[in-house]
Parts: sequence; C-alpha cells; structure tokens
Amino acid sequence: MSQAAKKNESGCGCHSASENPMHPRPFKVKNIWKELSDTFSMSLVPEDGGSVEFEPGQFNMLYVFGVGEVPISVSGDPNDRGTLVHTTRAVGLVSKALDELKPGMTVGVRGPFGTQWPLDVAEGMDLVFVAGGIGLAPLRPVIYQAMAERHKYGNIAVLFGARTPEDILFSKELMRWKARLDLDVQVTVDRATGAWTGRVGFVTKLVSSGGFDPKNAVAYTCGPEGMMLNTIKVLHERGVPYDRIYLSMERNMKCAVGFCGHCQWGSSFICRDGPVFCYEQIADSFTIEEL
Amino acid sequence: MSQTHKSSAQASPKSAHGSGKGKSPSVGAKLVVGEEGIATLLAILKKIGYKTIGPTLRDGAVVYEEIASLGDLPVGWSDEQDGGKYRLVQGTKGSFFEYLVGPTSWKRYLFPPNHKMWEADRKGGSFEVKNIDPTDIPSYAFIGVRSCELNAIRIQDKVFGFGRDDKPEAGIFSDPGYVERRKKSLIIAVNCSRAGKTCFCTSMGGDPHVVADQGHDLALTELISGSRHEFVVEVGSERGALIAELLSCRSASSSDLSDEEAVARKARSQMGRKMVANVKDVLKRNLNHKRWEEVASRCLSCANCTMVCPTCFCSSVEDKTDITGNHTERWRTWDSCFSIDFSYIHGGAVRRETKSRYRQWITHKLSNWHEQYGTSGCVGCGRCITWCPVGIDITEEAKAIKDTGE
Repeated sequence: MSQAAKKNESGCGCHSASENPMHPRPFKVKNIWKELSDTFSMSLVPEDGGSVEFEPGQFNMLYVFGVGEVPISVSGDPNDRGTLVHTTRAVGLVSKALDELKPGMTVGVRGPFGTQWPLDVAEGMDLVFVAGGIGLAPLRPVIYQAMAERHKYGNIAVLFGARTPEDILFSKELMRWKARLDLDVQVTVDRATGAWTGRVGFVTKLVSSGGFDPKNAVAYTCGPEGMMLNTIKVLHERGVPYDRIYLSMERNMKCAVGFCGHCQWGSSFICRDGPVFCYEQIADSFTIEEL
Repeated sequence: MSQTHKSSAQASPKSAHGSGKGKSPSVGAKLVVGEEGIATLLAILKKIGYKTIGPTLRDGAVVYEEIASLGDLPVGWSDEQDGGKYRLVQGTKGSFFEYLVGPTSWKRYLFPPNHKMWEADRKGGSFEVKNIDPTDIPSYAFIGVRSCELNAIRIQDKVFGFGRDDKPEAGIFSDPGYVERRKKSLIIAVNCSRAGKTCFCTSMGGDPHVVADQGHDLALTELISGSRHEFVVEVGSERGALIAELLSCRSASSSDLSDEEAVARKARSQMGRKMVANVKDVLKRNLNHKRWEEVASRCLSCANCTMVCPTCFCSSVEDKTDITGNHTERWRTWDSCFSIDFSYIHGGAVRRETKSRYRQWITHKLSNWHEQYGTSGCVGCGRCITWCPVGIDITEEAKAIKDTGE
C-alpha cells in the first residue's frame, strides 16, 4: 500500500518544465453559477485551445486580473479534459472578484498543483468519502473517478455533513447519487431548519453507522480541521487503520511551488507534499495547535 | 554542489579581457597580492562588466552595496556585536576586512526584497502577461563573501532550485529569476580574521575559513601586521583562475601559508556562541515545551531575525494595478513567519500566538529544514542574535529547550 498521498504521475496539464511556474495561463469563463448563498462554481476553458489535465485532489491558483490570486481545489470531473470546474465560497477579496465574473471573461490559471486522492490503493476495497461543508468540492472529482470505474471497488459510502439544509452543497447531484443502487449516500445537518426531515447531527454519526467494512476500506475526508480530526477518530475506532485514511489540508499560499513558505506545516509544504496527505504520515502534526 | 565551477570557464559576462597572458593558475592554487592587487581586482571586475557589490559603511553599519573602488570599503573599521548590539569600532589601521557580517546578506541581490515577477496588460476581453522575470539580470561580482555566507547561498540554492532539475510532476520547480541571477554571479570570498560574540559557524558544521568546492571563485585572506598588508588568494574555480591570472600575483610561500592558517586558527578560537548538539531532534521532540511561552514574553514578533537571516526565504506577492485599470504588475516581497497575516486563511490566522510563530521560525530553521532540503537552515552567522531588538539568542533558546525538555 502506498503510504504517502500520490503524486501526479500523468504530468500536469497547464505547465511544463520549460515554462515559468509563476506565470498565469489565460482561461475563459464558460459558465458561472450559484451553488449556495455564499458558494459558487465556475467552469473554465483554456484560451489557447489546449487541454486541461488534473488529478482528483489537486488545486489551481486562480487569478483575477489586477486583483490577485487564490488557491482553489478542482471540483469537476477528471475525465473532462476540456474544462476545469472550481467551487468556492465568496469570502475574500479574490474569491468575491471571481464570483462577479461573467461568461466570456478571463481568469488566469496556474497549476494544477499538489498531491491527489489515491484510488489505486483501494482496488477491491470499500471506499468511504466523508465531507464537511465546502469540503465536498475537493472530494467530488475522486467520487466521479470512483463511479467511472465502479467495478473496481466494493461498497462506496458518501457521508456528508452541512451546517443547515440551506448549506447542502451539490444537493441535486447528491439526490441523483442517492437514487443509484451502487452508492450509499447519507446527508446530515448540524441544525435543522424549515421542512428538513433528514438526519440531524455531526457527520461523525454517519461514520459510526455507515455501510462499509472497516477492515477492508479506504477513507477520504475533507472539511474543517476539527471535523476531520473527529472523523479520523471515529474511523479509527471502527477499525480503519491510519494508513488507509487520507485527508486534505488548507493553508495560506502565495506561490504553490514551494518558494513562498506560507503553507509550511511541520516539515511539509502543503502545496507540494499536500494538500492530500495519508493520515499516518502527519498524525503527529495534526494534533499540535497552531503548528 | 559547486555550480560556479561548472557554469563557465569564461571569467567575464562580456568576455572582454584578453586570454593570451600565459598559463592561468589552477584551481586550488594559492597566490599572494598586495593592497594594489585588490584595487586591480575591483577595476578588472568592473571593466569586464560586473556590477561589483561589496561591504561599505552606511547608517553606522557595514552593508553590502555597489562599490567602485577601495575607497568604498570600510577601511580600518571593525565591529562589536552581541545580543541586540552592533557597534562599529576602530580596527587595525588600513585593514580592509576586519569587521564581520552586518545586517545585509547576499540574498538581497540573488533574492531581492522587492522585485517584479511579471506585468500584464488588458487586451480585448483577456490579458497578456509580459516581461516575466528574469529580465535584465545584471552580472554581480560579490566581494567579501564570508564562509558562513557561502554556505547560506548554497542553502538558498536548494530552496530556489539552482543546480537542480525541475520535476513538475512532483511539484519540484526552480525559480527562473534566482537561477539566472545566481548563474551570472561571481563570488570573491573573504576569510574571517576574527570571530564575534554572536558567531557560531563552527557548531553549525561551518568554518570561518572557506574550503575547496565551497562555491567561491576566489577566496582572500588578509595578512596585516606592521608594515605588511598582503592577501593570500586561493583560486576556487576556473572562472576565478582566469581573473587571478590578470592580477600581479606571486606564489604563496610556506610562511605565507602558515600565516594564513594562523588567521583561521585565531578566528576559530574566538567563536562567541555555540549551538547545542543534535538540535534537530531536540526541537522536534519539544513542540509543546513551556519555553515557547517564555520566549514569546520577550519576542516582539518584529521579524528582524528573518529579514537579516541569509537563508530565510519566505515571500509574499502583491498585485499593483495602475489607475487606468489596464496595466497590472505582480511584485514579490520578503515576508516573515512572524507576521500575523502570514498564516491567514479564511476564518483567521493559523499562528495567532507569538509562541507559535517563534516556534515555527526556530523549528523550521534548525529542524524541519533538514527534512526539506537535507541541511540545516542555519549557518551560525549570528545575525538574528545581533539584530534582535531584545537580544533573543537562537543558541540560548535551543539550549534551554534541550536542558529542560524531553
């Protein structure tokens, strides 16, 4: 079993060794749509007509002309080589500027960067995806990939927790997935509002009862650090070993190529050694405050 | 790694000097020149197109800036350094290099504190990026690089990928601007004739005297006593050999060499501070030590240590757009892990407390650096001790943790 999160072995779609990694490549906004009150998605196509390649779990630096740049995970389908889809919350200067873009406008893209969610380590095993809030976005590409090669895996559980029913990301897609017989999709909210008749409670409750064989499963989790810590605890209590738990980390990033130092976490650069880590590799760091 | 040796057998950026002066000295040769030899060296470097950067006096300190001739050197000056203290003092009359390292380091030139990475213009509905770094890189000749500073340059080489192949698939890139600046730089090292109270290079695996293959083109040892003022010139590279050939040198005699060794011995014996052994593991084991609180009660989180450190490499970027909104520039500036914004993500800074920021700095420098780059990030130059406004001492903090920790 591969211990570390997997590096992108298929080569990067947007840069090559001869190019300056700090130089953004222009993409056109194909479409932009609202997901939640503060969350939106956008699809991008390269202006140079080239293809885009990324591995599930990787991120790009998205640049708005004259405003700035932010790291955002790819949330689209890795098998769509023509389009990049990103989903993010409009909470900062750059992400708000991104939210205001219209189809046909230009976004600069650097990337893809970082490690991927490793699926090859899970062949023949159950898959457990545990997402909290916007953490579903970086996990969606690997869920797409698992569904595209469904025969390779045992049970697939998608366990998702949102703060309220109004915060359920990709809700229509979750409904469609729920209708499939080969996926076990469960959604819970921290706090029920309105006509919610579904489950209430933290996502860790779903992990306690979820339909997977802990002795023969690989887990992938993304969300706030506290949520991931509790998820890992419950997964481990159920018998999933640390070397079969993968998580995605977030830190400040300016360069995404290991120069700016902002994303350092212990001896790791999240941009290069992450964002996806095998929990066993970083367990010592994960519980140290303000590392 | 000694890329300067491989990079070119040509001495000059313009190759303007002649080549018919007979056989040049070989790498490793030791020669002797007088004062005028140093004046000639500066003149030659300028003539063949180098921008000569060296020590000079400004604001009561020795700093590295463009120098034109011997007159720009801090001739006759020395310094006194200690925790939170730097004073220029009168040194041996006529000496060129008696002072030790000051607040600037060579990273100011190889990794400038503020520089434009690219600019872009709005074009139709899109934009076009142009003037991407590197553009218009000067050829620097660094005069007076100390042994600890050579080590620091080689550490930053690893950070920015000089001498390393890119592996984009593994996220390994080089910084094209750094690589270009480094490639074009010539290094004239100077061996320290003394050590200060904040020096501890020997306990970081260094030595006040440069050794073969340390990355210098030439290394000078100043010999000054009575009426004698001469310099032993060690040839460090083929490029250095071509330059040495243009100086009026004589071969070093055995007594010159023993004088040179005496200079090194004296400096080694004067190390003012010492780093505890095995500091890498000591810090790693003690991430929750109570000393972090204690040092945080003194630390101003001012970032001085990171600015003067010759290996600290953190940076930020700023996009500057002109008033038309049609032209924008991306600038890279030095940043510091001591600033609260440094670790900001949506929801707040990750390292809110000074203790977390001090811990980040010292554990990165002395511990995590090993895993990242296969070397310590500290060369024992002592700048962070000297220039800390409250005199916090990296060696003292490491020792305190070792003495009272796990």
